[in-house]
Amino acid sequence: MKLVIAYIKPYKLDAVKDALAEVGVTGMTVTDVRGFGRQSGQTEVYRGAEYKVDFVAKSKVEVLVDDPAVGGVVDAIESAARTGDIGDGKVAVLGVEDVVRIRTGERGADAV
Amino acid sequence: MSAGDIAWVLVACALVLFMTPGLALFYGGMVRTKNVLNMLMMNVLTIAIVTVVWTLIGYSLAFDGSFGQVIGGLGKVGLNGVEGEELLFFAFQLMFAIITPALISGAVAGRMKFSAWVAFSTLWAIIVYPIAANWGFGDGWLFTWGARDFAGGLVIHINAGIAALAIVKVLGPRKGFPDEPMRPHSLPLTLIGTGILWFGWFGFNAGSAFGANDLAINALVTTQIGASLGMLGWVIAEWRKTGKPTLLGAASGAVAGLVAITPAAGFVGPLPAFAIGFAAGLVCFWAVSLKHRFGYDDSLDVVGIHLVGGILGSLLTGVFASNALNGDVGNGLVYGETAFFVKQLVGVLAILAFSYAASWVLAKVVDATIGLRADENDEITGLDLTLHDERAYITE
Repeated sequence: MKLVIAYIKPYKLDAVKDALAEVGVTGMTVTDVRGFGRQSGQTEVYRGAEYKVDFVAKSKVEVLVDDPAVGGVVDAIESAARTGDIGDGKVAVLGVEDVVRIRTGERGADAV
Repeated sequence: MSAGDIAWVLVACALVLFMTPGLALFYGGMVRTKNVLNMLMMNVLTIAIVTVVWTLIGYSLAFDGSFGQVIGGLGKVGLNGVEGEELLFFAFQLMFAIITPALISGAVAGRMKFSAWVAFSTLWAIIVYPIAANWGFGDGWLFTWGARDFAGGLVIHINAGIAALAIVKVLGPRKGFPDEPMRPHSLPLTLIGTGILWFGWFGFNAGSAFGANDLAINALVTTQIGASLGMLGWVIAEWRKTGKPTLLGAASGAVAGLVAITPAAGFVGPLPAFAIGFAAGLVCFWAVSLKHRFGYDDSLDVVGIHLVGGILGSLLTGVFASNALNGDVGNGLVYGETAFFVKQLVGVLAILAFSYAASWVLAKVVDATIGLRADENDEITGLDLTLHDERAYITE
């Protein structure tokens, strides 16, 4: 089992959600986050004064997947979230030791 | 006064009162989320405090004659003998007395102890505002001598603007100024405030005719033109300088234009209002950069907009005023006469000197007794939670 974490542009969230649903993903967790990468922030101007804002708003999407599905999930996020501009974000894949579905007590791949 | 005059001034009282909650929103949108309730509270409590002090003593000190042409007497303390049409005049002037200290609050946003604000604004409303009003609107020396301030360029905007500079000199900058970005948290809130201010300003300026007459009509038209040209001036200036027009610029420019047309509204016609408003937009856009050059932290640009806009408008009143339009005023420079302009210039300098000195002393007194500055950790955490035990935006 894997945990796929994607940091994406907030306005790409719906596209990513739809793409994930198409490859059979039935659940995800989304958090509003702030951060920077190579885009390294943005400039805003208020009353003529420029402010360098380092932390840019992003959405963090977490999806638990069974091993065989990982490739399709990563591809779906990648193609749905890409604009080609700097700041499109990143996808990380982490190994997961165990998963428990709290309601039924199922464990492992059955609980994903 | 005719029934029509009375009806209009009654409505104008309500319009001017509405400006203070409008100002609260204008300012509130420009602070960070952690300080927005504190900003609103500073403004809204001023309504109640000034209503008490103006009724009990402020009105008398401003409008009961003038001892040495400097300050009114105590004959109208507690509204003694004030009734009928004078009671209406009292009420209209009350609304001006409320918004003037409220204007100062924008300069001290984000680091002032609330008890210190209550003390400072109360003392300022008892001492500084009535003296300035006596000079500019009452029987004091400036008005008697012939300087003119139609609706409050000297008495309200310069007075509040220079007091803002004095108090921030004593208070010091916000922690992190100017390196840390301190962005407006809600410009839509600021625009709601701008709309309320603009709406209320018709009561402010056209109400200052104190009657439903041609003068009020002229003041309403010049006010609308001044605000619009202020907006255009600011937006054009920033579009050229930074490459983009901003909503905050449009709102700030409208307020700058309103400030500058205030002393002139009943003394100039519609065409000079174009020049006054446009000049205010350009000059105030430049003036808000002064705090970065000189290093004082006037959080929301009370100096750059109200002080500079007030000076500009009061002097341009001396340039464009027309005795043919309003027999109460001397002719301006454009009519080849210098005497009235000199009076306007002296009026500006006098209010600057008096209000700066008096406000600085009051700030020092409050600092030595109560302490002006909020606790450092409170400032970092935010004043809403630490000084008021409440939060503006609860998301869970």
